[in-house]
Amino acid sequence: MTTPQILYRDEPAVTDTAIPLAEFTAGTNSAAVRIEPGEDARTLLPQLDQLRLVEVNFPSFGDGRGFSSAQILREAGYRGELRAVGDVLVDQFVFLRRCGFDSFAPNRPLNADDVKAAEGFFPEFYQKASDGVAAIWAKRHQVAS
Amino acid sequence: MYQYDQYDQAMVDARVAEFRDQVRRRLDGSLPEEEFRHLRLKNGLYLQLHAYMLRVAIPYGTLNFRQMHMLGHIARKYDKGYGHFTTRQNIQYNWIKLEDAPDILAELATVEMHAIQTSGNCIRNISSDQFAGAAADEIADPRPWAELLRQWSTFHPEFQLLPRKFKIAVIASPNDRAAMRLHDIGIELVKNADGVLGARFFVGGGMGRTPMIAPMIREWVPIEELISYAEACLRVYNRYGRRDNKYKARIKILIHELGADEYRRQVEEEFAHMKTLGLNPPAAELERISAFFRDPPFEQGLSDDIDRSDPDFAVWVDQNTHPHRVPGYASVTISLKPAGGIPGDATAEQIDLMAELARDYAFDELRVTHAQNIVLAHVRKADLYAIWHKLDAAGLATANLDLIGDMIACPGLDYCSLANARSIPVAQKISERFADTGRQRELGELKLKISGCINACGHHHAGHIGILGVDKKGLENYQLLLGGSAAEDVSLAKIVGPGFDEDGIVNAVETVTNVYLGARQQGERFVDTYRRIGMEPFKEALYG
Repeated sequence: MTTPQILYRDEPAVTDTAIPLAEFTAGTNSAAVRIEPGEDARTLLPQLDQLRLVEVNFPSFGDGRGFSSAQILREAGYRGELRAVGDVLVDQFVFLRRCGFDSFAPNRPLNADDVKAAEGFFPEFYQKASDGVAAIWAKRHQVAS
Repeated sequence: MYQYDQYDQAMVDARVAEFRDQVRRRLDGSLPEEEFRHLRLKNGLYLQLHAYMLRVAIPYGTLNFRQMHMLGHIARKYDKGYGHFTTRQNIQYNWIKLEDAPDILAELATVEMHAIQTSGNCIRNISSDQFAGAAADEIADPRPWAELLRQWSTFHPEFQLLPRKFKIAVIASPNDRAAMRLHDIGIELVKNADGVLGARFFVGGGMGRTPMIAPMIREWVPIEELISYAEACLRVYNRYGRRDNKYKARIKILIHELGADEYRRQVEEEFAHMKTLGLNPPAAELERISAFFRDPPFEQGLSDDIDRSDPDFAVWVDQNTHPHRVPGYASVTISLKPAGGIPGDATAEQIDLMAELARDYAFDELRVTHAQNIVLAHVRKADLYAIWHKLDAAGLATANLDLIGDMIACPGLDYCSLANARSIPVAQKISERFADTGRQRELGELKLKISGCINACGHHHAGHIGILGVDKKGLENYQLLLGGSAAEDVSLAKIVGPGFDEDGIVNAVETVTNVYLGARQQGERFVDTYRRIGMEPFKEALYG
């Protein structure tokens, strides 16, 4: 079981142990699963309602596949906890949040001051992503994004 | 030209603050180099052989007087008094101190410039046609679309850690001046029979170790869905591009291994999903951007006559100007390839002069070309002589556009930690050998491109004549390639035979040009003759 260092959710962190994807798809009533970079997040879509926690593992911070996994889950309507685990660095923090992660359990704890700084650097963003923040083009033209 | 609003300005200001903080953490030791490395790369900061190199973004190669002037200022204040314009339409400084980098970014931000995503495994500077908005042959102005793509790709959260770097070019002319099909994504704006604008997507081109010409993946993307289609192309790549071997991680390898049909199928599936997400900015946003690219106040009814009584000027006019769609105007290319010079280099004083010429004669606008030259896109023909005089006095009036002296070369082993051989001395020797303008003009259009290693930053695969520097048992050795092209007749050059030493490659270039002169038929360029007669006559002359 991983415990998040940082959580952006109203409810407390899910304490269930996340099981591997293969185990999950083999048939289970588990509400928590962990997916690896090479695994297809869309495999989870038929059972999204059952899930309260998805952990996306980053074995190495340079492997950006987990960003797409997160977006795919949020685009499909997943509203449970989405936890970034593994080699998660503060300098990816803003992008991970934009892709829909709301829970962070890095291998090495992040420096709290650095996290606070990372939260504040960018006030606006050009694109629509999975964090519900309106894109700059939407603000410019006062339309929904 | 595009002008920042408060959102754009806040973005670059935020980046300066963020990067300043990252450099602080690096210098105080709390951020290890292996983590800092990809952060500095995303701000264009490389560690080279002798110092840090900073690459500043010039979106689609366009900049104004203030911006160009700032580039000269940075060359003077933070470098050794010069800068190097690149094949990605950017500028690089080779002698930068890490602790100065945040201040340089802060200075750039005051003129709406930055170094965001000029390196690293992310979407790089969007490149385009240097004659955009001026060329007689374009069907639309590609720059508003390039700007839309710039904003979309800037800090795109999903595509910050792609398998490898990603380069996009946008053109809107059947004549390709941006090496469009040698990009990860090449977009050609086209019009259908009803005159409606759409986008044709070529995906999976590139040079490097494994050169490939991008196949067409979609003939027609509705223009209002440009962003979501690009996003679909990128998502398939981010998920399935190889990450086990950095030399096989570019999208060209994915498409090669999957096949274009299977890649297309996967993109279509993703695109169908993307359509439901509302990712495309509204038409009003494109209109807002397009307003910045409206025509400058051209004078009407100007004469096309030019006083050609000065013969040196007349040669320069013939060689270095391009037809403009408005009567009485021309586009001027300022060659950064003087005989014996370093291709793409300009001193701070030359940068300042080019800035002033743009302000005084060219509606405050300059362009950087992928062939490492500078363009004044809108110049009155009546002003050409005055401009030429000022350029000539500054050593900037070399009349060799598209001739053998107008070569592309990478920095090579003089600067680059990846290189196997020096490129610059070879470029200098060849340009000295062919220094005579009459001789160059006799050879006609001839694209010579030199890379100092197989990563191909000098585009040797796309040269009519290409030169590749390799390491042969500890000695610099140069292979000769023939028959490439980066234009609409795109093709990949082939290696002729065993390599040469530095003087040998200069002689070899001269030998193949002599074969061409002996064999050419009426109107043939070097590459046309090569395509007609094949490799053998050249091989025979070199090794026979």
